[in-house]
Amino acid sequence: MKPNRFWSWIFLAIGVLYFLLPLIGTFEFSLKMRRGVYSLDAYQAVIFDPRFQATFGYSVMMALATIVVGVLLVVPTAYWVRLKLPSWRPVLEFVTLLPLVIPPIVIVFGYIRLYNTSSWLPLTGTAMGTNVLLMFGYVVLSLPYMYRAVDTGLRAIDVGTLTEAAQSLGAGWITIMWRVILPNVFVAVLSGAFLTFAIVIGEFVMAALLNRPAFGPYLQLIGANRAYEPAALAVIAFAITWGCMALIQVVSRFAPRPPAQPH
Amino acid sequence: MNDLTAAATAAPPAHRPKLSFAWVGVVPFVAFAVLFLILPTLQIVTGAFRNPAGEFTLANVANLFQPSILSAYWISIRISVASAFLGCVVGFLLAWAIVLGGLPSWVRSPVLTFSGVASNFAGVPLAFAFLSTFGRLGLVTLVLRDWFGINIYAYGFNILSFGGLTLTYLFFQIPLMVLIVTPALDGMRREWREAASILGASGFQYWRMVALPILWPTLLGTFALLFANAFGAVATAYALTGSSLSIVPILLFAQIRGDVLQDPHLGYALAFGMIVVTGIANFIYIWLRTRSERWIK
Repeated sequence: MKPNRFWSWIFLAIGVLYFLLPLIGTFEFSLKMRRGVYSLDAYQAVIFDPRFQATFGYSVMMALATIVVGVLLVVPTAYWVRLKLPSWRPVLEFVTLLPLVIPPIVIVFGYIRLYNTSSWLPLTGTAMGTNVLLMFGYVVLSLPYMYRAVDTGLRAIDVGTLTEAAQSLGAGWITIMWRVILPNVFVAVLSGAFLTFAIVIGEFVMAALLNRPAFGPYLQLIGANRAYEPAALAVIAFAITWGCMALIQVVSRFAPRPPAQPH
Repeated sequence: MNDLTAAATAAPPAHRPKLSFAWVGVVPFVAFAVLFLILPTLQIVTGAFRNPAGEFTLANVANLFQPSILSAYWISIRISVASAFLGCVVGFLLAWAIVLGGLPSWVRSPVLTFSGVASNFAGVPLAFAFLSTFGRLGLVTLVLRDWFGINIYAYGFNILSFGGLTLTYLFFQIPLMVLIVTPALDGMRREWREAASILGASGFQYWRMVALPILWPTLLGTFALLFANAFGAVATAYALTGSSLSIVPILLFAQIRGDVLQDPHLGYALAFGMIVVTGIANFIYIWLRTRSERWIK
């Protein structure tokens, strides 16, 4: 089995080289703003740029709003379908997979046509309305990840028994959701939330076409006009993505295990 | 309200003894999905078959068959095929190396974690990363030029081209392949290999007659998924090339912005074409996936 292992190392080395080179290249480039020496000037220029702070803040707020709305929409629905409407599960699976099939640019094009100022629901007429529309768009983009994460989380607990136990103790639906179901799927929700956060922070197409001052369009603008700052921004963006994924790894250690097989 | 009636008609049949209102629980979700996912898409699809006066027409779709748009679709399809194919091959070799290749076990988990990160690292920052690595002043370009005397730009390489875009897309295609194919390789039973070698099969024969036929649906399906993934990507290409390389998503982006075509119904048709292409690719993926699950649990 010697040659076998030799080729494994070769493939791994090629892979590592391909994935590390752009990261190293970006990092190195981001340090070259001052001629002749390595410096953090590009990072300084970026972080103290008021537009960076404004757009980044905007995208963080959008990400948090997206997560809250996504959780409020997905958790009760996934719970309800598991409990009362199992026959609906394939439908939900299908609908939540659609955002992976329909390109985001098509969805946002539809929004612009459907909710423009002369339509029955003129969401794009005001800044607030457009923000809400963009947030709903982000909820759609995060549906595949959020739904799957929550559904996996629900699989690990006995939804029916927990619900009956809570009901026999006199709990209403809101109490059940808030104090029984949500704490049990909290870890799953968190991993969906971090993924949503990473997606929303870097999203470009929807924000650009709805004309909102988000981080993605700012990135693109800087990329078109500057040399070294984009590399610094790419490093920051990669650090955020990496941070979100690391947090998913950390929280998933605390996830409840699926119930043991019945004897 | 359309949504309520839609939910009501799709609810479990009413002739069951216990008439339930359980469907009420999914009304918010269904309403949301209809308003912000289904209706916008339908708007685009029906718009592709209507003229500005609202009458049915095939003219918009026929207008897609003009040379500039056909060539945009052609470049898009070529880039998607190339990046999906290379992504499948390299990703498969990488997954094979960490699952069956006899590498130490500590290699596996970092590779999978990194794949999770990199498959989500698309968009504008990815374009920046490749510009500062393979651009005219990028690290690799300069190292090759100054240390080895190879000027890749003199050989016709350009990051703002077909090859450059394919190279960039591979950064999220390979990890996606690794993530999808690793469980499939994990599902390959030891006994199959042993049975093959007892019957006198060589390693090559085992792969050709046992392993590949079992993995084939997974590989083809993932290829379709990667194809759709590349075909729908806008941000990376836009940030990398601006509008200098006219692939379909960029053409549509410019069209929605109102920069070029001035014909919204041609935009509908462009978007409809994108849905058709990614829809077919995803359908193939799902179909082949259900087939592959017969063997690999």
